[in-house]
Amino acid sequence: MIAELGLALLWMAAALACLSLVAGALFLRGGPKDLASLVRPASVAQGVLTAAAFGLLIALFVRSDMSVELVARNSHSLKPMLFKVAGAWGNHEGSMLLWLTILGLSGALVALFERRLREDTLVATLAAQAALSLGFFAFLLFSSNPFNRLPIAPPDGQGLNPLLQDPGLAFHPPTLYIGYVGLSVAFSFAVGALVTREIGPAFARAMRPWVLGSWIFLTLGITAGSYWAYYELGWGGWWFWDPVENVSLVPWLAGAALLHSVAVTATRNALRAWTVMLAVIGFSMSMVGTFIVRSGLLTSVHSFAVDPERGTFLLVLMAIYIGGALALFALRAGTVAEGKKFALLSREGSLVINNLLLTTILALVLLGTLYPIVAEAMGEKISVGPPYYNKVAGPLALILCLVMVAGPLLAWRRDDGKRLWSRLPPAVLAGALVLFGLVLFGGSVRILPLLGMTVAAVVAVASLAPLWGRNLRRTPLPTWGMVIAHFGVAVALAGMAAESAFIKERLVAAAPGETVKVDDFAVTFVGVRPIAGPNYTAIEGRLVATTGSGASFTLRPEARTFPGLMGGPPTETNEAALLTRPGGQLYAVLGQPVTSPDGTAERYQLRLWWKPLVWWIWLGGALIAIGAALSMLGRAQLLAMWRTHRSKKAQERFAP
Amino acid sequence: MKARLLIAAMMTLTSLPLEAQDRLPPAPYAYQQLNDPAKEAKAKALMETLRCLVCQGQSIADSDAPLAGDMRHEVRTKIAAGESPDTIRKWLVARYGNWVSYDPPFDGATALLWLGPLLFLGVGGWLAFGRFRRAGGEDER
Repeated sequence: MIAELGLALLWMAAALACLSLVAGALFLRGGPKDLASLVRPASVAQGVLTAAAFGLLIALFVRSDMSVELVARNSHSLKPMLFKVAGAWGNHEGSMLLWLTILGLSGALVALFERRLREDTLVATLAAQAALSLGFFAFLLFSSNPFNRLPIAPPDGQGLNPLLQDPGLAFHPPTLYIGYVGLSVAFSFAVGALVTREIGPAFARAMRPWVLGSWIFLTLGITAGSYWAYYELGWGGWWFWDPVENVSLVPWLAGAALLHSVAVTATRNALRAWTVMLAVIGFSMSMVGTFIVRSGLLTSVHSFAVDPERGTFLLVLMAIYIGGALALFALRAGTVAEGKKFALLSREGSLVINNLLLTTILALVLLGTLYPIVAEAMGEKISVGPPYYNKVAGPLALILCLVMVAGPLLAWRRDDGKRLWSRLPPAVLAGALVLFGLVLFGGSVRILPLLGMTVAAVVAVASLAPLWGRNLRRTPLPTWGMVIAHFGVAVALAGMAAESAFIKERLVAAAPGETVKVDDFAVTFVGVRPIAGPNYTAIEGRLVATTGSGASFTLRPEARTFPGLMGGPPTETNEAALLTRPGGQLYAVLGQPVTSPDGTAERYQLRLWWKPLVWWIWLGGALIAIGAALSMLGRAQLLAMWRTHRSKKAQERFAP
Repeated sequence: MKARLLIAAMMTLTSLPLEAQDRLPPAPYAYQQLNDPAKEAKAKALMETLRCLVCQGQSIADSDAPLAGDMRHEVRTKIAAGESPDTIRKWLVARYGNWVSYDPPFDGATALLWLGPLLFLGVGGWLAFGRFRRAGGEDER
């Protein structure tokens, strides 16, 4: 019954999306006023019903109802509960339903809480959101129904990719999806504003929390995904410039550009057409990412099903939405003035350079991701990887960081540069100290990490400059947010540069009792023992790492073997052991056993790395997200409301 | 790691020689570093820019695939024998095509890839400042 109810709820939600779209369109074309009052409740109900359907799908996974095809294919009754629940979105159909749920819920939130926009712009926005939902409902209901029943229920399910049986999976897709789909609201606001021609500060202020919110989730999703790759794949890489990583980076870059340009539109009523354009690009990139990953254009752990029919369906949907929005933009762009103009040396000027560099990096990441696919279609097989991105995106990113130093120290409209020059010397001094220190004592460091660490020092000091000489208690939250986020960029940059410049690697075949030196650590391989997990068996190695000062720590890396599914070959994964120290992380992996020619004295392959400052990368990511969250809180005016409330109370107390 | 590899192996490969390699012990330099740190650093830098041909978007420097191990052995042996990284890359490209190198060469087929970002930056900058900048020194207000 649960599956049938879920399907019925989905059809009802699709019908409500249809209603919102038709009523909204008729109202905007001059229909009766009553139609507008239908759109808000219909949007809310659509969100609630979709969320209920998703809840029912999770219930099916929790109950391990194997008569449902999706559950039988992706779950197993013996799986730990967390992975049963996560299994609901660890597959194609479930993840599309999650996508629709978030799309519907964000539409509902806009319908409930948005009060700043004109009525007709809001109706147009909700209608646009309903149009987006409708396409994905069609996709779900006609080509990937998650509630499909099997004619004969199998005795048990087929399990889930063991690599994905990790707590990270439970949170990684929902986090990224909230980020992706949050941008859909910015897209709908842009379409709505284009339809009614209300493009100005009110529109920008309504859009800003959505841009910030989804960008926070994208930042967290990418940071967590990077950490997952780091400890799960067993080689200690934290970014591979893999196409799947790239398509999550592209919407993040668009979001970063958009949240800076939306600030200009909200504060100065400038860059109007550009902000609208970026809002369209942001969600378009989310859809391109979903299409590339889901269509099987790239085969990876992320593409659950390779099915040309679904790929074509998604491609057509994407073409309609992106093409439609761009056509609307082209029709209306002529009537949208860019707004107030400004000098090159001004806050707006630096933000335009920021946007230019961010969109250029976005374009080159997209180019590098799609180029091999197009080249292969033309008969040329090439690879685009880290060397390309480092050479092209690296320098641009460093320039971007330097612009980031200048922007917050410039005034709006135009600036004489006095404040910038007076606050720059300490930052330049910090950069110079790091540069000279590295050149004199750092050994041979490659040019990009060298410049990376120098720029990180400059940014770290300069990012705090906007706080100098201010009353810290009275500094508004958005300013704090900006300072913390910019400081986070410096921290992450320092981590990346230091890790690639000073990493120490030791690969050895060690016998029990042997000691290996890596950087300051003496690592003794004590031995191995077999262990059994809930659904795997493993060999656990025991390593004792002793630091130069005599402190010792035990590391237990594992080599796990998951039994083959349906008679398939068993799957092996490496669980790295990490030792976090203030200066970095010691990373240990237990590899294959090696037998000596006479068949005795078993040795094991050990991979040991000392990675200086590596955890700063994710600390930086977290700081960026915290900064954005503070900025959002400040904009939400919650604190201001609380302060007025408190001062009112205080006044009442002293009232005669 | 292995799962990715297996999926890739099932989908892209059915060739027998590679499966046969699975059963041989790994080549000595697959999991063993060169004694000379300078040469090892050179080998490592080169390995990071070579694609593991049977994996999903991984370099041979971070893959457990047997083929990646063999290629690491090949690279380390050649570096130890004093060959330059460029020569080794050329030799590998001659054998496997440009697919093996993550560092695409600059030629007719990749001109757009390398020049695209510059072009974008130039046109974007020209458009942006043509459109937003206040003309000369005159003030609008």
